[in-house]
Amino acid sequence: MNAYDVIILGAGPAGLTAGIYLSRSRMKTLIVDTGAPGGQMNLTEKVVNYPGVLEDSGASIAFTMRQQAEKFGSDILMQADILKMDLTSGTKSFEIEDEGVYTAKAVIIASGGKPRMLGIRGETEFQGRGISFCATCDGEFFTDKEIAVIGGGNSALEEAVELTKFASKVTIIHEFNEFQAHKWAVDEAKTNTKINFLLNQKVTEFKGTEKINAVISKDKETGKINTTEVEGAFTFIGYSPNTEMFSNLIKMNDRGEIIANEKLETNISGVYVAGDCREKRYRQITTSVADGTIASIEANNYINSVLNQS
Amino acid sequence: MLRTNLNSIETVDQFKNLVKSGDKFAVVCGRMGPMCIPVYGVMESLEKKYEDIKFFDMFFDSNVAMETIRSLPEVRNFNGLPFTVYFNEGKVVAATSSIQNKKQVKEIIESKLT
Repeated sequence: MNAYDVIILGAGPAGLTAGIYLSRSRMKTLIVDTGAPGGQMNLTEKVVNYPGVLEDSGASIAFTMRQQAEKFGSDILMQADILKMDLTSGTKSFEIEDEGVYTAKAVIIASGGKPRMLGIRGETEFQGRGISFCATCDGEFFTDKEIAVIGGGNSALEEAVELTKFASKVTIIHEFNEFQAHKWAVDEAKTNTKINFLLNQKVTEFKGTEKINAVISKDKETGKINTTEVEGAFTFIGYSPNTEMFSNLIKMNDRGEIIANEKLETNISGVYVAGDCREKRYRQITTSVADGTIASIEANNYINSVLNQS
Repeated sequence: MLRTNLNSIETVDQFKNLVKSGDKFAVVCGRMGPMCIPVYGVMESLEKKYEDIKFFDMFFDSNVAMETIRSLPEVRNFNGLPFTVYFNEGKVVAATSSIQNKKQVKEIIESKLT
């Protein structure tokens, strides 16, 4: 049995920040993640608006956050699959595959989000064979080729511009006539001669044989079916929360985001939530860091009050 | 180069000897990018569980990658990093492109390498 004061579920910016604060205040802290440290932050090649950092990659900032958490004494368990959990008892417990049972007085859920999928034919089949979620990783495979970018937010437009460094032509396919991105991102995409736009489209299928060769979409107004012949398609249509494992255990909204109060307390005593997996409007590295700070201080207060009572 | 805790394949001879040995092994051929780092982590976490399987990384931009993993017919249509290739008895038994989670990797190992 491995007993901790706090177990943090998730090693993105929220979870790592909570780990830094808790271990620095001498709380025995374990950070558990099903993947690698950094979460979605790893997907950002260039971070230029994180205060105190002029320019760095998301992966590099994540690496430093991990070093900070470990330096103050946090234990970190990566690639951990949780088989069973008990959040409601006074002592919370987690059974982790190949590792055993871990307990804690308080829990911070910081499980973050994942790229949203379209859920259409060809999307899974052609992942790595034309379908990609990372322009930085896979852009060069499409040098001098025609590709599509699905989405109309900041990520979609910024990555479309980035991809013009490689691709001969980039078609942005978006479900509305207007973009959700900031004006500067829209302007940059619109003035790029390699980018053209297909708006008000419902993407219905990725077609191909051994790899993708076309994106099929339907005009939402006219019903016209469009076939955009491409050798690659990058989807940037937002994120969904990683909260499936907590369904029926904790209070969530209909989007699967965990509901919390200003102290980031959930409906279960001793269980807090931080970062992109909670119900909130803005999702940035800075807001996740702020959440991690608040949740860790509140978890610390909770443990101290429980100890005082007992 | 790659900053992982996996052993690296750094020469063509090393790769050829592994294939010739008939041993079970997996190679993650990538860079230090967001799609690759989690896959190295998965392999690191599985090394203890599957002691009869060897897990390696290989730098995607190296000559050894060009002459071995990247020239395999099984990766001809791949265009997402990393390329992960599984070998048994000197043959490619599975190959995947782009990020994979622990469950996906374990499914391949259980079905093709055990």
